Amino acid sequence: MKRYNMLLVYSAFFLITVVPSWLGLYTQYIQFVLTLIGINIVLTISLNLINGYMGEFSVGHAAFMGVGAYVASLITVRLFADSNFFGAPLLSPGLAVIGFPLALVIGGIAAALFSLLVAIPSFRTRGDYLAIITLAVNFIFKSVIENINAIGGPRGFMGMGRVTSAMEDVIQLPWVMVWAFILVVVTITVVRNFVSSTLGKGIIAIREDEIASELMTVDTRRLKVITFMLGCGLAGAAGGLHGHALSFISPSGYFILQSTIMLVMVYLGGMGSISGSVISAIGFTILLELLRPLKLFRWVAIPLLLILLMLFRPTGIMGNRELADIFPRLRKYFTSAEEIIADGSATN
Amino acid sequence: MALLQIKGLTHQFGGLVAVDDFNLELGENETVGLIGPNGAGKTTVFNLVCGLYKPTRGAVSFNGVSLLGRRPHQITSLGIGRTFQNIRLWNELSVLDNLRIAHFSQIQYGILDAFFFTRSLREDELSVTREARELLKLFDLEGYEGELPRNLPYGLQRRVEICRALVMKPRLLLLDEPAAGMNPGEITGLMDLVRWVRDQFKVTVWIIEHQMRVIMGICDRIKVIDFGRTIAEGTPERIRNDPRVIEAYLGEEVA
Repeated sequence: MKRYNMLLVYSAFFLITVVPSWLGLYTQYIQFVLTLIGINIVLTISLNLINGYMGEFSVGHAAFMGVGAYVASLITVRLFADSNFFGAPLLSPGLAVIGFPLALVIGGIAAALFSLLVAIPSFRTRGDYLAIITLAVNFIFKSVIENINAIGGPRGFMGMGRVTSAMEDVIQLPWVMVWAFILVVVTITVVRNFVSSTLGKGIIAIREDEIASELMTVDTRRLKVITFMLGCGLAGAAGGLHGHALSFISPSGYFILQSTIMLVMVYLGGMGSISGSVISAIGFTILLELLRPLKLFRWVAIPLLLILLMLFRPTGIMGNRELADIFPRLRKYFTSAEEIIADGSATN
Repeated sequence: MALLQIKGLTHQFGGLVAVDDFNLELGENETVGLIGPNGAGKTTVFNLVCGLYKPTRGAVSFNGVSLLGRRPHQITSLGIGRTFQNIRLWNELSVLDNLRIAHFSQIQYGILDAFFFTRSLREDELSVTREARELLKLFDLEGYEGELPRNLPYGLQRRVEICRALVMKPRLLLLDEPAAGMNPGEITGLMDLVRWVRDQFKVTVWIIEHQMRVIMGICDRIKVIDFGRTIAEGTPERIRNDPRVIEAYLGEEVA
């Protein structure tokens, strides 16, 4: 029975987010914020995998999110929407219901392949190379997109709104939110499984002592590349959702500010904690919205928060612990992947 | 055929020759010591064998396979276990996880199995965990599997590290100053442990050590290097009385 309790938690969240949105109980704005929370959870966990669990330092995660956003949006708009960029859609707009998740997957794959280009040179040696290279990649991404006029250049790209309304015409559902919810569940499951497996725990060993890992037969280079691709791929899929939630994307939206927001969420939640990432993504997204009245001063208040965090709680909300470490009673209700591996008793 | 064969191994750090024309053959089930003053290049030899450094010249082969050009994890997967001068356990991972991760090269399942927790992963993980637990039990460490290594006393950390080095079922075990920082009582325990490991796991032990008691007590053969060059080689008895060794350790005799 224990193993179904996680399903219950997901169902409860589904009941308070997606279902009321579908019934029209939430305003468009609340629906948008809920979708954004889902996207931010995925982004935070994906970056935490690289910076927290693996102990590398990526500062240009927004580039991979941006690749996913552009690839997914270009696909859906080209195929399913009448747009100023490409003219009439290639396929019937109603097919977007099926095409949209596929576009997200392709966006994720594109981001993962793009990350491979970064990973190969930067993981040959240890050190701060990844920070510098990802920063450079973030700049390259922005400049390249700004110079492709066919997709709007610096003015950005739009038309995704028509795709989402085409989907809503087929079945009245908050589609982007539904897929954001699914992506959150997939991300939590996959990352949790990965870091509980002996294979995936290799990344924690790399963080603790890379030379010892290599000498204890861990193929550190391959493992680092795989982990980086997983993190960036998830960010790409989340980027695809982000583009459709905003129905407008521009190169400056996936630049240093967005990268920094993700870093803040990771550090706020705690390095190497999935539940910390979830809590901080929820809290931080809501905080950003609450601080909207401050206008420009929002970006004074938020860095200030980061400074205070580093001074008073440098490990973030959760440190590297999970909820079950803090409330051991939770273990009675939830099977950890750990338990299945260690005892075999919980397999049924 | 020798288990490990090193011929003319030379390594330069810039202009400094750290290891100069090092030759050694290790047979099965031998215990061989490598000694020399601080900075003589002992650990460098280990690092060259493990592939952490690329030798300037020379050849290293293990069990008939050349180790040159292979990456460290490939070399150790062939059956070379190793411990470190400064204990290098993964401190944020439990003792059990430390042993499990050392199974890395023996894992059968793929990356997608790890993402989705498939049946083949579960079976494999169960056997990995079982093996790790058995090894811990052999080492009398079963009570510590959930502990973080940094919380263990120093002697136990050494024990865990040796235990972890045996996970990949090595035929050669490289011990880098295992007695460093131990008191006389612990050193006796360590000597018993090394002998027991050699016999129980049928491994060849190659050991770097400053504690002469350990070296003289457990080694069949000893090699002495200074400034990267071999200055003596032979049985403990011979090394003990070799004037060049005494000179290297105690300085030149005043005439």
